[in-house]
Amino acid sequence: MMTELPVWAALIASLLLVCGGLLCLLGAIGLLKMPTFYMRMHSPSMGNTLGTGCILIASIVISSAMAGRPILHELMITLFMVMTAPVSAMMIMRAAIYRTGVHEARRARQSPED
Amino acid sequence: MKRGPFPFVLAIALFVAWLLLNNSLSTGHLLLGAVLAIFFANSSRSWRPLRPKVKHLYVVVGLVFVVLIDIVKSNIMVAKVVLRGITGGGPGLVTIPLDMRDPHGLAILAMILTATPGTVWVDMDRVQGRLVLHILDIHDEAAWVRTIKDRYERPLMEIFE
Amino acid sequence: MNAIVLLDWAAGFAQFCLMAAMTCAGIRLIRGPAAQDRVLALDALYVNGMLSILLLGIRSTSTIYFDMAVLIALFAFVSSMALSKFLLRGEVIEP
Repeated sequence: MMTELPVWAALIASLLLVCGGLLCLLGAIGLLKMPTFYMRMHSPSMGNTLGTGCILIASIVISSAMAGRPILHELMITLFMVMTAPVSAMMIMRAAIYRTGVHEARRARQSPED
Repeated sequence: MKRGPFPFVLAIALFVAWLLLNNSLSTGHLLLGAVLAIFFANSSRSWRPLRPKVKHLYVVVGLVFVVLIDIVKSNIMVAKVVLRGITGGGPGLVTIPLDMRDPHGLAILAMILTATPGTVWVDMDRVQGRLVLHILDIHDEAAWVRTIKDRYERPLMEIFE
Repeated sequence: MNAIVLLDWAAGFAQFCLMAAMTCAGIRLIRGPAAQDRVLALDALYVNGMLSILLLGIRSTSTIYFDMAVLIALFAFVSSMALSKFLLRGEVIEP
């Protein structure tokens, strides 16, 4: 079943998979090593947007190339992530502002603790 | 209870989503999807009495491309910050005066700004139209204000107002 | 045949990256000084887990994994919304 995969599809998909994996890894490394919460907040959204997008496009390319017709149901996950990731990020931000106060977010310019 | 008109766009979106999730175009799924889409769209009428008034639909295409390019660019920026550390002014809050008041436009602006890495929507004062953003690496505060007003707010105002 | 080997390697590399990312998020989940750090790490863990299940589906050319990925994406949204709502208001579903 997997033998009729064309080379161009495999090339595009491999490139996208490597990019997506690296972006997710960078996001998680940023989550681990940044000093304050308000800086950590930004780094997983790299994996949430472009990393997810790359891997889902690769999945669409592979399954469409193997079936010989467009298979688009991975678009549903993309659409769902696009709609939900910002909402949960905003809610976490609001919770953090409520718990620490706005001053913590404002003065975070110089505080290399941790 | 106040009920708006029948939401055709929502019904079509639900129908397409049903077909995509089942990944088939058979008669049974077409019928079931149509029934479910009409039922749920009809029952959602009383939840959202406010309807968006979309004017210039062609601006959406340009806005989508601008947003995609900006997502890629800001991914590269955040990746640089993760690898090399902060190079600009560091993280902080930026206040942006907005002219837009339409709730649908503001919702889409919030989604765009939070989806691009490096910026997160914090709070919005809807009376005075002041938006507070948290930005990972502020190089130039005025440049951020200009970018957001020119690149996102103006197309959204053309679409919704 | 070469195309499949290339694709398998790329998918394996991406899976390795996602495993490392999940480890980082797990460490942050255990260590995180404040509760909001833990919620953020849980959200990242969910997204990376969803992507690695999707990669399993790519490697084994099976469509069953897609449904699980949709479910995990749903759980990620619901759980991080519920946890941050709890941090924000002290209650998840308010009367």
